[in-house]
Amino acid sequence: MAKNIMIVGVGGQGTLLASRILGNTVINEGYDVKVSEVHGMSQRGGSVVTYVKYGDKVYSPIIDRGEADIILAFETLEAYRALPYLKKGGCMIINNQKMNPMPVITGAAKYPENITEKISSKVRTEIVDAVSLAKEAGSIKAVNVVLIGIMAKSTDIAYERWVETIKQTVPEKFIDLNLKAFALGYNL
Amino acid sequence: MKKLMLGNAAVARGAYEAGVTVVSSYPGTPSTEITENIVKYPEIYAEWAPNEKVAAEVAVGASMAGARAMSACKHVGFNVMADPVFTISYIGTNGGLLFCVADDPGMHSSQNEQDSRHYAKAAKLLMLEPSDSSECKEYTKRAFELSEKYDVPAVLRLSTRVSHSQSMVEINERENYELKPYEKNIAKNVMMPANAIKRHIEVEKRMEALKEFAENTELNTVEINEGNIGVITSGISYMYAKEALGNRVSYLKLGMVYPLPEKKILDFAAKFDKVYVIEELDPFFEEHCKAVGAKNIIGKEAFTLLGEYTPAMIKKAVLGEDRPEFDESDEQIPARPPVMCAGCPHRGTFYVLKKLGLVVSGDIGCYTLGAVQPLSSVDSTICMGASVSAALGMAKARGKEFNKKLVSVIGDSTFIHSGITGLIDIVYNKGANTVIILDNSITGMTGHQDNPTTGYTIRKEETKQVNLIALCKAVGVGRIVVADPFDVKNFEKVVKEEVSADEPSVIIAQRPCALLKKVKYTGHCTITDKCKKCKMCMKLGCPAISSDGDGVKIELNQCNGCGLCVNVCPFEAIKKEEK
Repeated sequence: MAKNIMIVGVGGQGTLLASRILGNTVINEGYDVKVSEVHGMSQRGGSVVTYVKYGDKVYSPIIDRGEADIILAFETLEAYRALPYLKKGGCMIINNQKMNPMPVITGAAKYPENITEKISSKVRTEIVDAVSLAKEAGSIKAVNVVLIGIMAKSTDIAYERWVETIKQTVPEKFIDLNLKAFALGYNL
Repeated sequence: MKKLMLGNAAVARGAYEAGVTVVSSYPGTPSTEITENIVKYPEIYAEWAPNEKVAAEVAVGASMAGARAMSACKHVGFNVMADPVFTISYIGTNGGLLFCVADDPGMHSSQNEQDSRHYAKAAKLLMLEPSDSSECKEYTKRAFELSEKYDVPAVLRLSTRVSHSQSMVEINERENYELKPYEKNIAKNVMMPANAIKRHIEVEKRMEALKEFAENTELNTVEINEGNIGVITSGISYMYAKEALGNRVSYLKLGMVYPLPEKKILDFAAKFDKVYVIEELDPFFEEHCKAVGAKNIIGKEAFTLLGEYTPAMIKKAVLGEDRPEFDESDEQIPARPPVMCAGCPHRGTFYVLKKLGLVVSGDIGCYTLGAVQPLSSVDSTICMGASVSAALGMAKARGKEFNKKLVSVIGDSTFIHSGITGLIDIVYNKGANTVIILDNSITGMTGHQDNPTTGYTIRKEETKQVNLIALCKAVGVGRIVVADPFDVKNFEKVVKEEVSADEPSVIIAQRPCALLKKVKYTGHCTITDKCKKCKMCMKLGCPAISSDGDGVKIELNQCNGCGLCVNVCPFEAIKKEEK
C-alpha cells in the first residue's frame, strides 16, 4: 500500500524543495516513489499542490479526494482547500500563516475565519507557527524544512536518514540552517 | 544507477544516451525542461530558437546532415511547427529525428486543450507515448532507432502529468553515434511536385510497414488478468487505470500510439465482454477500435472529452465503485488565482491602459494576467503573436476612431516569435495601430529563458542582441518610444500620444522582470498618515497591498520596495523606506 503525502501552499513558499527532500529520503529507504508537481501559470502566487507517493510500487502520480495520509499545508486557506483530499484518519500539519489571495485583497471574497479550529473539529491536525521556528533557525525561508521536520516524526524513517538527504539536497552554504530548521520541527 | 527524474529530464537523458548532438526548441509549459535539461550535457548543441517552426527546421537540417536531432514544444507550439513537419514527413530522415510534444489536459498553463495525437495521423508520423519517467527515457531512445529504420520523423507525445512527475530512471551510458554521411539527394530532399509525388508513395509504404511493426512490437503490451473486462489505454491514463483497477481487468497498453495495430486490438477485444478505451481528450483510440470493427468497445460514453482523468473517476466508470469518503468545509473557499508578482513591470502598463479605458489586444505570457481582477485590462488572447495582427483586423473592421482606443500588448520573446510579422502587416497595409512591446528582458512565463533580445544564449554565452528599436524602424515604423511603465505619469502621456497618431507606432515598455537576479529592489513601501483612503493603490492588484478596515495596508513580507504604488498615490501618502 502506497503512502500518500500532499504538500499545499502558495507559489513561492518553497513547497518544491520540501517535496524534493521528501522524495529523496524515501528513495534512499528503497521505496518506489512518484512526485508530481505543476509548473507554469499556477506558480505566479497561485495555489500550488505537490503530490508525493511512495510504497512497493506506485502507479498514478496524483492523489485524489479522500486519499492523502498526510497533508502538509504551508498556509491556512490552502489547508482548508485541501481538506477533502485527506484520508479518513489522516493527519493535517498546518503552518499557521495567513496569506490573502487576490479576491480577498480586492474585496470580492472574504478570508474564512478560524480556519484551523474548523479543520481541527473535523480531522486530526497539528498546528504550528513554522514562521517563528524558521526565524529561530536563521531564515524565514526555512519554513519548508521546519514542516518537513514535523512530518518526519510521523514516518518510520530514522532521524539520521532525513539529515543525510537534507545534506544531499540543499546547497552547501544552507546545510546548517536547514538542519537546524529540521531539528526544530522534529523535536516540537 | 537509478535516479528520481522529472519526465522531461528523462527525455533529455534519453536523447543524450541516444547520441543526439543537435536540439533546437522554443520554450512552452509543460515541455520547457526537456531542453533546459539538454543543456546539462556539453556534448549536445542546444539552442532556444525564435519560434517552433524555426526550431523544427534546425532539427531537420541537422538530421539531413546526418546527426540525431530533436526539437521539443508544447501542444500549441506544434501548430507553429506543423508547416515544416508535414513536409519533413515526406523527406524522412538521415540521422534520427524526434519531435517532442507535451499536451496539457486540464489546461494548467495553456490556452486550449488540443490532442496532438491527431497530428501523427494527419502528417503520417510515428508517435510513441510514455507513461512515466523511465519510459520517457526508453521511448526517446527507441524513437531515434525507429526513425532511422523506417525513414520517418518520430514524435514523443507527453502530457503535463508525465512531463512534470518525477519517478525512477535507470541511467545508462551515451551511445557513440557517428554522423551518417551527407549525400546530395534531390529526389528525397527537394520537395517540389515531381519529387513529392514519388515520396508520397514511399510515405504510404513506410506507414504500412509501421502498422505491421505495431502488431508485434513490445511497445504495445498485453497484460491478461482475471475477469471479463479489457482496457485499452496509453500514457498517464494507463497509470491511472492500473491504480484504479489493478489486476481486476486486463490491459492493452499502447506505447506506440500511431500507427495503431489492427489485429492486436481485434484479438484483445474479442477476449472480453466489455472493453473500455481509457484516453484523456479525444476518442483517438476509440474511433480506431470501432473503425477496425472491434466489438464491445466503451469509450467516451463512460468518460469525458474534457480535462484530466483520475483513478477515482476510472474506478467509478469501469467498476461502479465510489471514491473513499472525505471531509469537506461547509463554506465557500475563496480561489487563489495566479497573480502578477510584486514588482512586476507589467502592472504599471496595465494600470495605465485600464485608466485610459483602452481596448487591449493581448498575447501569451505572464501579461495575460492583465485580464484578471482588478486590472482586467486585456480584451482578447488567442495565440503567440495574435495581439498585433488581430488588432489590425479590429482597426480595419471598426475604423480610425476605434483604432485610437486600441493597443496591442506583447512580450519581447513573443514579439520575436511571431509578433514582428503582424507589425510588418500593419506597416505594409497602411494600418495605424499602436503596439506596446512589454520588454522585461527575459521570457518570463516559462521560467526565465533567454531569447534573441536578451543578448545571451541558452548556455548563458554572450551573443548578438536583437535591437528592438532598430528592428521596428527597419520594417517601417516611424514612431518608436521607449518608456518606463513604472513612471506612470509619463507612460500615460506616451500612450495617449501614440494611440492618437495616424501612423503605426511602437512603445517599448522597458523594465526587467522583478524575479531576475540583476533586479535589486530594496526596502519596502509604507502607508503614511497622509493617506486619504482613496484606495487608488488597490487598483494595482499588488499582492502586497490589501484593505485594512476602511484604509489600506502594505504587507512587509510581500512588498519588495519596487515603488510603483508610490508613483500612483495622488496624495504622496506612500513612502519608500530603505531597511
